[in-house]
Amino acid sequence: MSEPAITPELVAKHNLTPEEYQKILEILGRTPTYTELGIFSVMWSEHCSYKNTRPLLKGFPTKSATVLVGAGEENAGILDMGDGIAIAFKIESHNHPSAVEPFQGAATGVGGIVRDIFTMGARPVCALNSLRFGELSNPEVRRLFSGVVSGIAHYGNCFGIPTLGGEVYFDKSYEGNPLVNAFCLGVLRHEQITRGAAHGVGNPVFYVGPATGRDGLAGAAFASQDLTEESAEHQRGAVQVGDPFMEKLVCEACLELLATGAVAGMQDMGAAGLTCSTCETAARAGTGIEIELDRVPQRAPGMTSYEIMLSESQERMLVVVHRGREEEVQRIFDKWDLPWAHIGTVTDSGRMVVRHGGRIVVDIPAKQIADESPVYQREAREPKYLQEVRAFRLDGMADTLDAVGELKRLLAWPSIASKHWVYRQYDHQVRAGTVVLPGSDAAVIRIKADSLPVMSAELAAKVGDKPVPEKLLALSVDCNATYVYLDPYEGGKIAVAEAARNLACSGAVPLGATDNLNFGNPHNPEIFWQIQESVRGLADACRAFHAPVTGGNVSLYNQNPGGPIDPTPTVALVGLIADPAHITTQWFRDEGDAIILLGDAVDLADPLRGLGGSAHLQVAHGKKTGTPPRMNLEKEKTLHTTLLGLIQSGSVKSAHDCSEGGLAVAVAECCISQCVARGTPRLIGAELNLTLPPGVRLDALLFGETQSRVVISVADHDAVKVVERARLMGVPAARIGTVGGAPLSVAVGEARLTWSLQELHDLWWSSIDRLMQ
Amino acid sequence: MNFAVLQFPASNCDQDAVHVLQHLGHDARLLWHKEPSLGTVDAVIVPGGFSYGDYLRTGAIARFSPVMQALRRFADNGGFVLGICNGFQILCEAHLLPGALVRNRSLQFCCETVYLKSATADSPFTNKIPADKWLRVPIAHGEGCYFADDETLAKLRARGQILWQYCDESGALTDAANPNGSLLNIAGVCNERRNVAGLMPHPERASEGILGSEDGRLIFESLIETLSHSTAAAVA
Repeated sequence: MSEPAITPELVAKHNLTPEEYQKILEILGRTPTYTELGIFSVMWSEHCSYKNTRPLLKGFPTKSATVLVGAGEENAGILDMGDGIAIAFKIESHNHPSAVEPFQGAATGVGGIVRDIFTMGARPVCALNSLRFGELSNPEVRRLFSGVVSGIAHYGNCFGIPTLGGEVYFDKSYEGNPLVNAFCLGVLRHEQITRGAAHGVGNPVFYVGPATGRDGLAGAAFASQDLTEESAEHQRGAVQVGDPFMEKLVCEACLELLATGAVAGMQDMGAAGLTCSTCETAARAGTGIEIELDRVPQRAPGMTSYEIMLSESQERMLVVVHRGREEEVQRIFDKWDLPWAHIGTVTDSGRMVVRHGGRIVVDIPAKQIADESPVYQREAREPKYLQEVRAFRLDGMADTLDAVGELKRLLAWPSIASKHWVYRQYDHQVRAGTVVLPGSDAAVIRIKADSLPVMSAELAAKVGDKPVPEKLLALSVDCNATYVYLDPYEGGKIAVAEAARNLACSGAVPLGATDNLNFGNPHNPEIFWQIQESVRGLADACRAFHAPVTGGNVSLYNQNPGGPIDPTPTVALVGLIADPAHITTQWFRDEGDAIILLGDAVDLADPLRGLGGSAHLQVAHGKKTGTPPRMNLEKEKTLHTTLLGLIQSGSVKSAHDCSEGGLAVAVAECCISQCVARGTPRLIGAELNLTLPPGVRLDALLFGETQSRVVISVADHDAVKVVERARLMGVPAARIGTVGGAPLSVAVGEARLTWSLQELHDLWWSSIDRLMQ
Repeated sequence: MNFAVLQFPASNCDQDAVHVLQHLGHDARLLWHKEPSLGTVDAVIVPGGFSYGDYLRTGAIARFSPVMQALRRFADNGGFVLGICNGFQILCEAHLLPGALVRNRSLQFCCETVYLKSATADSPFTNKIPADKWLRVPIAHGEGCYFADDETLAKLRARGQILWQYCDESGALTDAANPNGSLLNIAGVCNERRNVAGLMPHPERASEGILGSEDGRLIFESLIETLSHSTAAAVA
């Protein structure tokens, strides 16, 4: 078959610059073949190489005593959680595929991240996701929203992983470019950590999983371009089709296989498929790899080497086996009825060599393509729009005259309203480990003996019959992108702080973080500035909370003809709860309990009093502007330490963080968010007595989003002690009311505001349902 | 007691069933679907999941697995079998239980906690459930809408084969309490001989305090109680 000649046009079509092409010529010492050009194109895409962001990512804290596998080393980072047990976790985006084909795009996003986790030798035990869409009034947005959610549900439910929750925001900037970030966490023993390295010269290389087809051709390269009007038509072939049933079989077979000790290295074929898995495994081990494409199972006749190498057909794995143990591997694949093939060998050449039809079609130094992609220091320039943002003042804007109606509108606002329409479609309890269901600040899961992969005979002998201690993990994923848009540095800090606050509210101490950086086109200096500043914010905050970043994903070029998305650096934090008695949820529990606000009622140093970038400003005034609330990391950390101390002392009956919608929304959620069963919410009233500080407006007091605040409830007789203790620790604290009564009522000076809980619950619980009908 | 939990490709509640039975102090082991025999067991659990990806139709392929022939012999000999979620769907497909499970009325997968009313205490699966106790257990399925023709429904009623029905917190069998459109709010049934039962909800996810409900234990404890009185274990 004749291959196209390499012309400047063909190079440009592969998104390679003339300089990058020059570098390819230098590496090879000759003109690349068509297949090689394709390989460079995907391996040097942003998705695979982080060429635009690598210098920035160096700012993240990535080391600590608990980091067993660090960021960038492998498919996912691994942290120690004590007693010889470790967790592997990561978040990854599937934004562009989901924009083009929401169901399959989102489904394969879940498949990809789950594979990254079991590739490390870990058993995947839970998933989260972070989603962004345009406004639900647009029917096209509803189609994307509905397709993405059912795609995630389809894949995760069938695979059998509990999707514990996440976050969903709706904003115009995501219209046509939704964000789908999927997170997965797995559990393993330290000894079970598996490397994606092609060790052992002469070892055979196996391919396992379904046959390779033309689907998903060069998806990684597609993910690294702007979305255009034509994308939907032209790129549909770049979206993969997922088969969660196959993934479940591949996962179980791989975990069973790892327990035999016959595996020298393993890597999934994710982005850039066979290409990425072969050159990365060789590069990591400092070896070479040689494969024969005629042996690769193929779904379609007449596939070219270019197509086979760049296909992103799903659920495939590359397994390097210790020579002489091939039969054990084949036996397990056959037990699970999985297609497999022996496709190649580990060599000592340092080169990735691919043969097809008796010819060598690829011969590239593995290390250079995997590790030596170009790196760019892009130009950064503060965006112009920030001048206007910073100039915004409340002066010309009237205070609220209808606080009662305003709270209702906020609770019904899709970004704040209950997301049960979403999470009820996810199986969130499979594996019998979910302790706190979606709907509280953080999800909580228990890790028990059967969360761990099966052990090899050798390891089992070493471990003996010592029972596995049950452990409790709390998880939260957060990012208020409006804040990040209005102030990337502070917004970045707040994303981490809010996730950490959610963990603290559930009784957990952070173990580590993974981030998903979703931004527009980095060639635009204003966008690059957003990336740079928000990464700086994330890094500072992760350092403050001692949460090393163990990896993540960068998704750039998130823009559509209307412009870039709001910068969205999503952060997922994982924390450990020391004792089951410390598990805390957000809803009020008993009549007569005291309600205490930890933190300032209003930040008096903030000229906007916490209303900049607030939900109130967006909902009541249609304005997305103003400098967002400030984040003092020291103060925030003191709050968390204090709250955890109170929880550990047994005084705290509920804890809920104040975020979008401020104090009023937080307290309302404490009253209405407990769900006992289908159609059976537990509504419990509250009576608040608030004082308007001098010079503070009512809207700022009720709906301002001053940071570092948590609403807790404690037994009446503990209230004085708890307030004193918090103040002693340096956290402002005040009793603001009492749990009980039928309505939610708030007295502010002379004014008395009252809401029916049934009405608030209905608005909050059913608003997305109604919009989706 | 000695339980076998069947394991089909993409069963995914198999470990959970083993876990809960062991937690209750009994022996439980997984049994791969290619096994032609059950060995010696006191009862069999057909667990939840997406056997064979639930492609074609839920449970439609699993019924042809070798282990299902053994299961049929076991049931014919009077052995006790409980199918949960996908297990219920498989037992219906295999005609070990009457009726069929079709797509939820909402056309969406639905995971939430429901209340279950036991229609009778006169079964090996419900004898420990107090008459005034509604079980709070989770469901998680896309095809859990119980369907049977009128004649079958009439027989089920007459013979007391309806074991569990979706109810509200007051025990009323309302339409609002019905999560999937099941006829007569049916969540679970047994066969005429009363040794094979299936239900869509997941009692194994509601059998420990830390998971928020222990009500599901009553179903396993009913079965265990029955087994402790039954004579020699059935063999297949």
